[in-house]
Amino acid sequence: MSTDQNILVKLNDAGLQLNNKWLVKGVSLQVEKGKIVTLIGPNGSGKSTTAKIALGIYKKIDGSVEKYTNKVGYVPQKISIDWTLPLRVSDFMVLTENLNNEIIDEALSLTGVIHLKDKNLGDLSGGEFQRVLLARAISKKPDLLVLDEPVQGVDFTGEIALYELIKKISDELDCGILLISHDLHTVMSATDHVVCLNGHVCCSGSPLDVAKNNEYKALFGEQASQILSRYEHKHDHIHTDEGEIKKN
Amino acid sequence: MFDDFFIRALVAGIGVALVTGPLGCFVIWRRLSYFGDTLAHSALLGVTLAFTMEFNIALSVFIISSLIAIILIQLQKKTNLPGDALLGLLAHSSLAVGIVVIGFLTFIRFDIMGLLFGDILAVSVDDLLIIWIGGALILITLKFIWKSLFASTVNYELAEAEGLNPDRAKAIFTILMAAIIAISIKMVGLLLITGMLIIPAAMARNISTSPQKMVIYSIIGGLLSVIIGLFTSLEFNTSSGPSIITAALLLFILSLFKIKQSIKLKN
Repeated sequence: MSTDQNILVKLNDAGLQLNNKWLVKGVSLQVEKGKIVTLIGPNGSGKSTTAKIALGIYKKIDGSVEKYTNKVGYVPQKISIDWTLPLRVSDFMVLTENLNNEIIDEALSLTGVIHLKDKNLGDLSGGEFQRVLLARAISKKPDLLVLDEPVQGVDFTGEIALYELIKKISDELDCGILLISHDLHTVMSATDHVVCLNGHVCCSGSPLDVAKNNEYKALFGEQASQILSRYEHKHDHIHTDEGEIKKN
Repeated sequence: MFDDFFIRALVAGIGVALVTGPLGCFVIWRRLSYFGDTLAHSALLGVTLAFTMEFNIALSVFIISSLIAIILIQLQKKTNLPGDALLGLLAHSSLAVGIVVIGFLTFIRFDIMGLLFGDILAVSVDDLLIIWIGGALILITLKFIWKSLFASTVNYELAEAEGLNPDRAKAIFTILMAAIIAISIKMVGLLLITGMLIIPAAMARNISTSPQKMVIYSIIGGLLSVIIGLFTSLEFNTSSGPSIITAALLLFILSLFKIKQSIKLKN
């Protein structure tokens, strides 16, 4: 197990109640430097809510959140931008932090949208916008990246490339990533820790552990569990008997 | 040179336009036009209070406008009424109460037209000081909260998640709105202050491709409106406020011929 110094954000039995209805309850998890934690679960299972709790967007929560960094990059699931604002991609890139041109260009190149730099944000397609969102989040070189379905609407080849990029960023920047994804195939190969949500944590552990879990099978079906298992050989780490993860 | 009432008016107007330019952009971006209107209407109450207590007008207007803003926020939390209904309620009731109070103050002669529509003759050297010092303070504060206010205008959750404290920026911006109304009331009048905030910024939106450009064009538009409006006012003996706003409207109409961005179907 890594030391406490590596913890970037930690949720202790966290939950959120809105209008007497629990959106999510009793979530405990932690994201550490250089690790990718993935949240999976059906629609309405509280994935985005959990991410927002971790980010500190909700104030009145149950349990507690310990956040150990302020260098955060966030790609929200839904973003509604008011088009009364004349906003180019280059303006959007420096929204929360002033960055120099080189860094902006580098990030936009990494996600393959450098050619859109001077375009109006409102004129982008869904997939293009998603790439800009990801570029903005990584350009700050954050300690913690929270990515809520970062590749939605991105074409198939782009999707694979972006997931590879996310994995690379996690290694290079040694930043922790909290990822939400529906795509079990691509994500699982890179994920260190999976938390399966369904209003509460139904199971968590390494991708392989989760795949074997009966609750997970009940939630996603037998096929999904096979998808995870298939990626077993791709892991670059081994799991010890105590459930610890060791890099090869 | 400040002996000449017209020079005073011009200097005052330029000071106001420099501040309403950037603030007006945020009023448009954050959809606060009607909010600004409500604060401006409540200014009448502030003016009457100033006369009753023999208090500085700008300070009194600032206090009352801030108070109305706080009441609005409380009502939004406590009632189930929609925001626009609450704004209307506060705007008209504070205007009405202001007029009723004036009715009781028979010992003071009020230039109601001047209050409603602005009066260049009324601008004194003291007013100039208030406008320029107050205006500078507003702009410095705005510069200070710019990043966080702008980021949260684009997207609240992004700003909050990445540590920019959007709630604080919003609260400070509300105070700035009350302040600009307080310092510009003599110039433009309380019925037209929101026009000074919105119209140059709306004109700027039509011809801008980036937020920075919009702010700059909005300031230029405001300055031109003040200069053209005041000269017209002098020439044809019209009220200063309406003349300035009419000039701003003409600039807006001109800008329609140069709209930068095609109109979106989704809106």
